[in-house]
Amino acid sequence: MPAVEETVEQVKRIDVDQYKYGFETHIESEKAPKGLSEDTIRFISAKKNEPDWMLDWRLGAYRRWLTMREPGWARVHYSKIDYQDIYYYAAPKAFKAPKSLADVDPEILKTYEKLGIPLKEQEILAGVRKQGEPSELDDETTGGEYTSGRVAVDAVFDSVSVATTFKEELKKAGVIFMPISEAIREHPDLVKKYLGSVVPTSDNFFATLNSAVFSDGSFVYVPEGVRCPMELSTYFRINEANTGQFERTLIIADKGAYVSYLEGCTAPMRDENQLHAAVVELVALDNAEIKYSTVQNWYPGDAEGRGGIFNFVTKRGDCRGKNSKISWTQVETGSAITWKYPSCILRGDNSRGEFYSIAISNGHQQVDSGTKMIHLGKNTISRIISKGISAGKSNNTYRGLVSAHRKATGARNFTNCDSLLIGNQCGAHTVPYIEAKNSSATFEHEATTSKISEEMLFYCQSRGMSAEEATALVVNGFVRDVLQQLPMEFAVEAQKLISISLEGSVG
Amino acid sequence: MSFLEIKNLHVEVEDKKILKGLTLTVEKGQVAAIMGPNGSGKSTLAYVLAGKPGYQITEGDILLNGESILEMAPDERAAKGVFLAFQYPVEVPGVATMTFLRTSLNAQRKTRGEGEVSTPEFMKLVRETSAHLGISADMLKRGVNVGFSGGEKKRQEILQMAVLQPRLAVLDETDSGLDIDALKVVADGVNRLRSPERSMIVITHYQRLLNYIVPDVVHVMAKGKVVRTGGKELALELEAKGYAEYVGEAA
Repeated sequence: MPAVEETVEQVKRIDVDQYKYGFETHIESEKAPKGLSEDTIRFISAKKNEPDWMLDWRLGAYRRWLTMREPGWARVHYSKIDYQDIYYYAAPKAFKAPKSLADVDPEILKTYEKLGIPLKEQEILAGVRKQGEPSELDDETTGGEYTSGRVAVDAVFDSVSVATTFKEELKKAGVIFMPISEAIREHPDLVKKYLGSVVPTSDNFFATLNSAVFSDGSFVYVPEGVRCPMELSTYFRINEANTGQFERTLIIADKGAYVSYLEGCTAPMRDENQLHAAVVELVALDNAEIKYSTVQNWYPGDAEGRGGIFNFVTKRGDCRGKNSKISWTQVETGSAITWKYPSCILRGDNSRGEFYSIAISNGHQQVDSGTKMIHLGKNTISRIISKGISAGKSNNTYRGLVSAHRKATGARNFTNCDSLLIGNQCGAHTVPYIEAKNSSATFEHEATTSKISEEMLFYCQSRGMSAEEATALVVNGFVRDVLQQLPMEFAVEAQKLISISLEGSVG
Repeated sequence: MSFLEIKNLHVEVEDKKILKGLTLTVEKGQVAAIMGPNGSGKSTLAYVLAGKPGYQITEGDILLNGESILEMAPDERAAKGVFLAFQYPVEVPGVATMTFLRTSLNAQRKTRGEGEVSTPEFMKLVRETSAHLGISADMLKRGVNVGFSGGEKKRQEILQMAVLQPRLAVLDETDSGLDIDALKVVADGVNRLRSPERSMIVITHYQRLLNYIVPDVVHVMAKGKVVRTGGKELALELEAKGYAEYVGEAA
């Protein structure tokens, strides 16, 4: 059979049911009554023992949201979301913030064990191994990486944070890393000062909804001059049916501080769609640097396009101080719909924004993702490297904005957007918006679209690789520039994830 | 039993008949040269042996060690020991040569039910072979064939062959685009791999390569068939007289 036909055959048979994180944890949970009203918001706020100012902030956002309309400009199609048919709050029953891992429900610990990503974190999270102790995962090829690697984890299960590791050690360094619900009580001044300062409550439909109902997420504050001694990470898990997850993350790097933060996400397989509308705000002051990495693997839906997570996320970083730097790296493999544009506001002079993205779509997935680089300060620099891979019947759109303000003299941007198509029933689209309001800005844009060539596959296969191994190798080569931006241990996981996501996409 | 037996092979590409009843045998350990004019089907034969998609086999069979390989995917054939050194090696951007070699070798070993190659053993093999072929450590880290000259690409093919240790190596116009120095290096690399356990098919348009890789037997192909077989002196005769006689004869 000629290869083209064969690929078509394979694509027809495509099966995205290979999602290996699709199990459900059976645990009794406590939910807010279904639907959204001021009472729901009061319920959530009360559950979190929030001060009045926080409740008012939420209610303000809710009232604003009632006047807003769902955006329709993205290249994604989905049936109408019934916002009254969602639970806005779910927590494991009798949940109290655990003092130590011993207090964490064993079912939840098992869940994280089964998720297995990243192994090391899970090992530490489960208290099996102390940091710095040799790990079984180490061999000569990892060069002791698992032994020396230390990652503090905040695990968010539905609407609550179930465990945060390394809190004490971080405290010694002056770093605050805790669930945002705790930060609201313990560090109200910091939260008040920065929450909503990058993504205002009125920003957009989904961000405003999040502001009203957000349940948990991580809060990070790295004080002046401190280099955070380890990677920080949050692992998000949606478990309950019909439940939305609305997490809120706020990271502040004070003057001269540095922090690297990673997030991972998974959800059980369900026939209905679930809504995930998160907001992430980053603030980098003078000379500070924040590196934010995401490995997103929400359930993508089944082979017929049933179920899967609707991922409507607002992520924005503010390079508020001079010489500051914010870098976004994302590996997007999951979700039925991805609507996500991690952006940088380059406010400080000489500040830098970076966006490295790998977005993979297979089956019936729809991805509309990209970034915005808003140059406001002088001599600001931004760099965008986006790699989109479409397989199956999916659609993958890169949508990006690069803009230089009138005062942003000497602004520079380099954009490279590559798309790779596997099979002939998928689509890749590139929608770049570029605007320069001063004559000294230098913007470069490169874009390519290619198909995995049969020549290339045959070459690899003639050396002994199966069609799938060959595709994975070619794809890994295609995304290499971006993978290199990920912290080592996540890069390995991301590489595996890419292979899994593309399983069944070729013959 | 011959190691490779091609029996009355008929092959079409997009309804065009290319091979028209080709019969050829290659013994174990034999180096067979295949010469012929352009369009005689030499490269088609190479691709069909390796299992390239898009070639319709309408008649005949190919037996490797007595077993038909027609239904086997390219990777299964590779695991059985078939290797094709491409006339135009393909670029694989972003995949380091080292990674490519290791992935290929381990994939073959997996298919054969063998364990993965150990890191030190693998490194030693690659280092030694690349030194002989004048391939620098830096090139091993670069993307497969990306930005390499014609000669560099051909050396890479021989390196792959040395690492994969095939039982049947098919070299498709490995001499094309090589200057005399590069030709010697490549021929030397091939000669090192000559072994009583390894059969080779050296496809070439010119006799020149056969001064360096001396064949045990020379086959002449024209219009999709083997039209003459002889010893190494046949190559010299072809060099002197050209292919005109065969082109006319087969018509």
